Amino acid sequence: MIVFRGLPGLFQASLLNIALLFGLIGLGFVVGIPIALFQVYGNRLLGGVASAWEWFFRGVPELVLLFLFFFGSAQLGLKISAFVAATLALGFRSSAYQSQIFRGAIQAIPKGQMMAAHSIGLSRWQAIRYIILPQALRLAIPPWSNEFSSVIKDTTLAYAIGVNEITRYARFITERHYRLAMAVYLVVALIFLLFTYLGNRLLGTLEHALRVPGFEAKAARAAGEHG
Amino acid sequence: MASNVILKVEDIHKRYGREEVLRGVSFSLFKGETKVIIGPSGTGKSTLLRCINRLTPPDRGRVWLDGVEVSHPKTNINKIRAAIGFVFQDFNLFTHLNALDNVRLGLLKIKRLDKKKATEIAMMELERVGLAEKAKAYPAELSGGQQQRVSIARALAMDPKVILFDEPTSALDPELIGEVLEVMTDLARAGMTMVVVSHEMGFARSVADEIIFMEGGVIVEQGSPEQLFTNPRQKRTGEFLRKITELYGEAS
Amino acid sequence: MPQLVFKWEWLPKLAQGLTLTAEITATCIAIGIVLGLILALGRVYGRHIFYWLASAYVQFFRGTPLLVQLLMVYYGLPSWGISLSPFISGILAMGLNTAAYQAEYFRGAIQSIKAGQMLAARSIGLSRSQAIRYVILPQALRLVIPPWSNELIYMLKYSSIVYMVTVMDLMGVARVIAARNFRFFEVFIITALIYLALVLIISWLLRLLERRVKIPGLGAER
Repeated sequence: MIVFRGLPGLFQASLLNIALLFGLIGLGFVVGIPIALFQVYGNRLLGGVASAWEWFFRGVPELVLLFLFFFGSAQLGLKISAFVAATLALGFRSSAYQSQIFRGAIQAIPKGQMMAAHSIGLSRWQAIRYIILPQALRLAIPPWSNEFSSVIKDTTLAYAIGVNEITRYARFITERHYRLAMAVYLVVALIFLLFTYLGNRLLGTLEHALRVPGFEAKAARAAGEHG
Repeated sequence: MASNVILKVEDIHKRYGREEVLRGVSFSLFKGETKVIIGPSGTGKSTLLRCINRLTPPDRGRVWLDGVEVSHPKTNINKIRAAIGFVFQDFNLFTHLNALDNVRLGLLKIKRLDKKKATEIAMMELERVGLAEKAKAYPAELSGGQQQRVSIARALAMDPKVILFDEPTSALDPELIGEVLEVMTDLARAGMTMVVVSHEMGFARSVADEIIFMEGGVIVEQGSPEQLFTNPRQKRTGEFLRKITELYGEAS
Repeated sequence: MPQLVFKWEWLPKLAQGLTLTAEITATCIAIGIVLGLILALGRVYGRHIFYWLASAYVQFFRGTPLLVQLLMVYYGLPSWGISLSPFISGILAMGLNTAAYQAEYFRGAIQSIKAGQMLAARSIGLSRSQAIRYVILPQALRLVIPPWSNELIYMLKYSSIVYMVTVMDLMGVARVIAARNFRFFEVFIITALIYLALVLIISWLLRLLERRVKIPGLGAER
């Protein structure tokens, strides 16, 4: 019974996971695209900085990043909320993974496309914007879906710095009703299965809506990323 | 006479690693002229075309288009490229855009025409290559010959001063070559200025105002089709033409 | 600019935590290999209930957060009367989790082996399980090394999660030192660098392994 009474609270707490998800995946996208472009088209300096960024945020555990951005920044005198710290830490981590996805997609586009773009007088930047990115982003959807499913689950790590997300709320219930621990966590697990399912449906629809003949063959779904 | 020269190429050199692909190539193209460049594969014909609009920057040499030095560092190369049409061997249509959008892109983004005007011109050019009814088709839905015709329309839409054709029929199945050559022949007859790298001797013979025979990175001989086919000055020219005619046949 | 502080005495303590991190990662990866292979074979060759069970397992563990799985083991199981130490809970949760991911990598590799290999194996009289053991797996396991390397690095990073159930791994030790000195920035930068160094070493070792067991022609078509 208590599990059922706890349900609205769990769902409400999960909204914070969703908010964090959109924040971090958006930040990861906005940062990940230029990182990928610097690596492919940038000079040595920009390319080097972009690669260092990717290397750092791919190699450091999420929890260490969360602690650095929340407690570390507090120690340095920057006051940011746990939610913002989580968005930055997990968003930058995601930018490293997303940049790798976008880089792969950009490099998969035949050289002739850039050359043809130049031949009608498009500048490099115009060619990237009108020719390369529209194609690369379509190619990137399947691997990007994996990153998406992976970061939905990673939002729970914000628990570690005190964000009131779903696992923290679950812990809050089970601290008072420890006999229900398994049941409550199973409900949390089911909520995530639901999120993952809905997320994949959404991305499948997106992929379908943006479909262009000639891209289906390449859109092979890679094996799953982690979370 | 010099005022009629629309494209002037002077002493182009290009080296890939140890191999010198172009070893000083010069020629002039007159307004309305069709020049066909022939020669064995690996002689630098395609590289030469790309050096003209700097898709491949030459190591040395200069190019003028209508009096403007293309190779000058201060020249806006994108503006020049917009005025030089380029047709690729493997079409290179933009994969994510349908035929109409492929032709329209440059009009919208380079010439900054409004959408209505751009559509009008693009449809006219598609009509010209006989593909108006395929306007909404994506490249993957078109045959090779159709794709190449769309790419010619894409070049034409920019109202170029000259169009460079880089072996436009080499990647096509034999039965599709005719439709592309037909479009090109019409263009030449309509007074378009063109440089065509090709192995199609029938086309060269009937359409070219002048033929350039290249080998080993230099021009071996140039002259009217009549002269090269019947009375070549260089022994190599005769040998090559005999061989190529055996291989591809006289007419297309 | 605030003054940065560093104390040498932190390092031996972090090294102790590091030992535990290495132990946990190695153990859970080992559990994951064994269980993952069984699951993969179940999903490729299994019938009915076995196929169904293996698929449900993989779906569940890949579809839910590792943290929730860990909390289930550490706080959930006691409510069913099974109490495990923090260390064992951590290893168990991580091992069960990575098994699901490894199963998918193994399955992908097995399915990328051309059907002709199985036919040829059967044609010389090998049984199905012999064919799997002597022909399919030796090829699949070589193909799986690159994706599997990623998984190993993932688990190394994710092992930091066990600090949440009070295990004093690298992350746990770092947290205590940082909190005691209020030196989160310095301590966690050092910790980050240690993890980065480990990632480098592991990637390098696995590339070495990949080269050692490489066979001409295998994997070239991928």
